[in-house]
Amino acid sequence: MTCDHSAIVQHAWVIPALPLLSFALVGLVLRPLNARLAGAVAAAAVALSAALGWWLAFDYLQFAPPAEPLPTLIPWQVEWLRFQDGLRIDAGTLLDPASVLLVVVVTTVSALVHVYSLAYMKGEPGYGRYFAVLNLFTFSMLGLVLAPNLVQMFVCWELVGASSFFLIGFWYDRPAAVAASKKAFVVTRFADLGLLLAILLLGQAAFDVRTQLGASAGDSQALDFAFLGRADVLAALAHQAPVLGGMTALTLGCLLLFVGGAGKSAMFPLHIWLPDAMEGPTPVSALIHAATMVVAGVYLVARAFPLLAAADGVLTVVLAVGTFTALFAAAIGCTQDDLKRVLAFSTLSQLGYMMLALGTCGGGDPAGRSAALFHLFTHAFFKALLFLGAGAVLHAAHTGDVWHLGGLRRKMPLTHALFLLATLAIAGIWPLSGFFSKDEVLAAALHGGHPLVFAVGLGVAGLTAFYMARVYLLVFWGEPRREASAHVHEAPLTMVLPMGALAVLAAVAGFVPVSRWVALPGTAEHAGIDWLVAGPATAAALAGFGAAGWLYGGDLGRSDAAVARLGRLYGALRHKFWIDELYLWVARKVMFRLVAAPIAWFDRMVVDGTMHGVGLLTRLCGAGVQAAQTGQAQAYAAWALAGGLAVVGLLWAAGRAG
Amino acid sequence: MAENLASGATGLHAWLLVTSALFSVGVYGLLTRRNAVGILLSLELCLNAAAVQFVVFNAVRAPARVDGAVMALFVVAVAAAEVVVAMAIFVLLYSRRRTVDVTDLTGDGPGHAGGAP
Repeated sequence: MTCDHSAIVQHAWVIPALPLLSFALVGLVLRPLNARLAGAVAAAAVALSAALGWWLAFDYLQFAPPAEPLPTLIPWQVEWLRFQDGLRIDAGTLLDPASVLLVVVVTTVSALVHVYSLAYMKGEPGYGRYFAVLNLFTFSMLGLVLAPNLVQMFVCWELVGASSFFLIGFWYDRPAAVAASKKAFVVTRFADLGLLLAILLLGQAAFDVRTQLGASAGDSQALDFAFLGRADVLAALAHQAPVLGGMTALTLGCLLLFVGGAGKSAMFPLHIWLPDAMEGPTPVSALIHAATMVVAGVYLVARAFPLLAAADGVLTVVLAVGTFTALFAAAIGCTQDDLKRVLAFSTLSQLGYMMLALGTCGGGDPAGRSAALFHLFTHAFFKALLFLGAGAVLHAAHTGDVWHLGGLRRKMPLTHALFLLATLAIAGIWPLSGFFSKDEVLAAALHGGHPLVFAVGLGVAGLTAFYMARVYLLVFWGEPRREASAHVHEAPLTMVLPMGALAVLAAVAGFVPVSRWVALPGTAEHAGIDWLVAGPATAAALAGFGAAGWLYGGDLGRSDAAVARLGRLYGALRHKFWIDELYLWVARKVMFRLVAAPIAWFDRMVVDGTMHGVGLLTRLCGAGVQAAQTGQAQAYAAWALAGGLAVVGLLWAAGRAG
Repeated sequence: MAENLASGATGLHAWLLVTSALFSVGVYGLLTRRNAVGILLSLELCLNAAAVQFVVFNAVRAPARVDGAVMALFVVAVAAAEVVVAMAIFVLLYSRRRTVDVTDLTGDGPGHAGGAP
């Protein structure tokens, strides 16, 4: 089967184009006219996109018999920017197993979240605006995923950040939401600067290599992923002269690339924006801050993987940051009170897991990359389900504080069952999806020669089970602790159905052989379940469940006693190790005083001073000339006469001279 | 008279002196008179100087044609129309300000003070 035989592979650009069209239609035309129609059109467009995404995946998988690797295709691209030969930027669609996988994840979760939002956002003043921006986000994310070069990826990367900003700050009359959206934007923008620098640096280095290669470079462009992944190019990049501090452009560029990815994927120490981003509407948290946008950093690292693997030590940095974030965020997640914040820290921790998996590939076996993408795939479904479940709770009880909730399982049986399924999935209980992907991540760590990382991963698996069981028990078991949670009602069908669909996906996603499809050449095959890994991981999860059950299942006095015994450590965890305060201190005391204040002085005194001086001079000149403007017609007539005489005199003099 | 006019360069120079003097008197009045009507009269002198000059040039340079005389008639017509418009303005001005002294006409004046019509 070739590319020409499949209409959808040929025209994969339709998948991102639909949400973009719908964004324009909903945002410009329908929003002021009819909010309900706007929501319906937006949801329909993305649902159609999702259908096409599944069709694309189905057709794409026909390309190769199982023994062969799936091809990398660029069925459609147009010239967009031409700097010079070899540095042309195209807009196009790159189809390879990873991008097709992400297309399916993004369109599916987005479509379900759109449907869910139809009920969840009912009656909100900004209903149409909400759906328009959600469409814009879906388009940007798909453009990012399908990008054949770093520049298209960067443009969509920024668009994704902008839509995230709009959606976190959706309730712009709430100061907390405004502050959170600003924080997310500033932190991710700061990290995006790293990505931009990486693009410039790698672009220049790759362009030099392309010039050296001469004719063998063919039509490939310096910033195309296809070019950057070629073995001869990587070898040439690795042998370039160091540019800064003994690092080659490749190493430095990959480090900066990872800074960009770490910002979007909220890796420590750039994680501070994600918990605050929970101020946005909950479906937004499910789509953007759990399933899709935050995995963009993981996707970037996976996409640029050949580069990072060729650069010295970058994967070790990825490994260290990922492992630390996984542990750090899971520990904090155990102490938070707000349901959504627990889920946010859980997301951080799981993203750390994915990064950790990518980082284990330093030894040369890219099994970790497959594991990361597999975990990305399964995590999208069960985490989105958890968030939508939390949304249903919030929708009914109007509070997310776990200490105000309780006993919801009787009033919301469907939500309870779905949330329980997602909890088991994230904890990695067989046969749900989290079990398989977590198993692969841990196996990659163990077989990649990182026993310490493996041990930390096991610990994180235990903590994950613990904090999820903790919120699950506090929210759904026991008795209602406040009036609000006593009179809740089950979520409407429009909300339950998307959650049901996600639950099915979260349950079966583990059986999809994703990691075999996305495997790079040279990945070691490993068949079946590795019980050396899965055994301890399941034991850790069960231990986490057991501990949570003992502390929160019955007498809550036990948890108070445990908190008292932990003392200082508990305080540190609860305050998230004071990282936010540290940032504020650095920003206020260091940056404002030492950098911003002198610049402000320079601006006021030197820049403004010059401008004021010019203004003063102009005013003085004006005052001088003003005297001539008396308002006396005769004075003007005299001036006119004098002018006329002067002209005549000049002509006369010119006539004599000539 | 026509023969005198057309009697060569000397006659033309004499006429130029006359019209220049007339025009200069007009300009002097234009710049120095304070009464608007006086300024208008001075302006008429300037226009008349130009009209006379048209006739003179017509008689000296192209005696067989009437272009200059026609222009002179135009000047007379324009001056008449101009006087009508200007005098109407002066009358209104006087009724508002009780003066047609152009040096007193700066600012909004009493006619506009307090928004009175």
